[in-house]
Amino acid sequence: MIYFDNAATSYPKPKEVGQAMLHFLEKVGASPGRSGHRLSIEAGRMLYQTRESLAELFNIGDPLRIIFTLNVTEALNLTLKGLLRPGDQVITSSMEHNSVMRPLRELEKKGVEVKVISCSPKGSLESQDIEEAIKKNTKLIVLNHGSNVIGTLLPIIEVGKIARKHNILFLVDAAQTAGCYPLDIKRDNIDLLAFTGHKALFGPPGTGGLVVGEKVDIKKLNPLKVGGTGSRSESEEQPDFLPDVYESGTPNTVGLCGLNEGVRFILKEGVDKIRQHELSLSQRFITGLKEIPGVKVYGEEQVKDRVAVISFNIKDQLPSEVGLRLDEEYDIMCRVGLHCSPAAHKTIGTFPTGTVRFSMSWFNIFKEVDQAIIAVKNIAEGK
Amino acid sequence: MKENYSVVIFYSTSTAIRAESLAKKDELIVKLIPVPRNLSSDCGICLRFNNEEKPKIEKILQDGKIEYENIYKI
Repeated sequence: MIYFDNAATSYPKPKEVGQAMLHFLEKVGASPGRSGHRLSIEAGRMLYQTRESLAELFNIGDPLRIIFTLNVTEALNLTLKGLLRPGDQVITSSMEHNSVMRPLRELEKKGVEVKVISCSPKGSLESQDIEEAIKKNTKLIVLNHGSNVIGTLLPIIEVGKIARKHNILFLVDAAQTAGCYPLDIKRDNIDLLAFTGHKALFGPPGTGGLVVGEKVDIKKLNPLKVGGTGSRSESEEQPDFLPDVYESGTPNTVGLCGLNEGVRFILKEGVDKIRQHELSLSQRFITGLKEIPGVKVYGEEQVKDRVAVISFNIKDQLPSEVGLRLDEEYDIMCRVGLHCSPAAHKTIGTFPTGTVRFSMSWFNIFKEVDQAIIAVKNIAEGK
Repeated sequence: MKENYSVVIFYSTSTAIRAESLAKKDELIVKLIPVPRNLSSDCGICLRFNNEEKPKIEKILQDGKIEYENIYKI
C-alpha cells in the first residue's frame, strides 16, 4: 500500500506518537488543570510540554500563548468570529480553504466587508494587490500559507511586512505548512497562526491550535466557547488570561501527548531536512507526470514555490475514476475531487470536476513515487 | 532539620506549571503541591520552594512575565 494523502491526514506517524498516547492512557489518565493530585499535575505538565515543543518550532517566547483547539478549522473560526465586527474589512485570497471562506461568508451576512484578492491560475498572489486593497476599516488579513489543492505557497513574509506597516493583524492558516516548512512568527510578522496537529506535525486527529501573538489584544478576541477552565472557579465570568480564556472544557490530553512526540520528531530531524526531502519527492513526481501525454499538472513550475501537494488531471478521464483505479488496481491512496476549496478550483480552472491530488510526507520514498508515475501512465494510456 | 518553605500562588494551573518548568531549567529545587488549606487560591496547586531561593524565584517570575497572586511563607 502506498499512501499519498498526507495533506488530508499524515500517515504513518512516528512510532513515539502512539507510544506516548498509550503511556498517557495507562499511566497518567487524569484531567489536567482541575485537581491538585499528582496525576492531574502530571497531565498538566504533559500539556505544557506540548506547548513548549510547539513554541520551539514556531519561535514563540511564551508557550502559554499557544491555545489548543480541535483542529485548524476551530482555530480559524475562533479568530475570524472572535475578532471581526460589522463594519470591519477583512482581506483574503481566492485560494482559501472553506475553513476560512465559510466563516467569512457567514460574517459577510452580518455586515463584515470581505475582500477576496484574485490569484493567478497557478495560485500565486501579488502582495501588492493586498496592499492596494487596504482601507481605513481593514482589521485583518488572512491567508493560507500553502494551498491544499495545488501546493502553491503564498508570499506570507511580504504580506506580513505589509500588515505590520499598516498596523493590521495578520492571520496565517498553516494547515499545510506547519511542520514541513520553516515558520517563525516573529521573523514572519505573524500575529495569529492557526495550525492543525494531524497533518505535517504528525499528531493524531483532534489536535490543533492557535498562536496568539503579542500584538493581539485578547480583550478584543472573543472566545468561541466559554465554560470550565479549572481557574477562577469562584467566578461565573470567563477568565481573561491565556490560555484559559480560549480553552474551556476538558482538553484532548491524550491526543496532545501524541502531538508533542510528533513535534519532537520534527525538531529532532529538522524542518529544513524534511522540507528538502519533500521537495525532492515533488520534483521527481512532477517531472514524471509531465512526461505522460494527456496529463496536466497544476500549480507552480518550480518546486521551491510549493509544498508537497500535487494536483493533476488526465485528459478525458474523471478524477473520481482515476482515484478509484489507483486505489483498487495499484494500491495507491490519494484524494480526488474538490478538496473543500471551491474558490481555489475556480481560480485554477478545475471547478466543478476537481483534480487528482497526491500529497507527500517525510515517510514517503522515491520508489513509491516511481510506482505512482507508472500507475498514472498506465491509466492515461487506457491500459 | 526543619526546612523553611514558601509557596507562589497563581491564577491558573498552566501558569504554575510554566513557573515550575522555568525554575527547573535554572536547577532550582521546587515542587508543585496542593494549595495549603489556610491559603485561598483560584487554582488548586502552588509552587513550593526553599525560602533562601526567593530572589531567584522572583526573578524567574519577573523575566517570564508570569502573573501570580502572592508569595507566602508556610
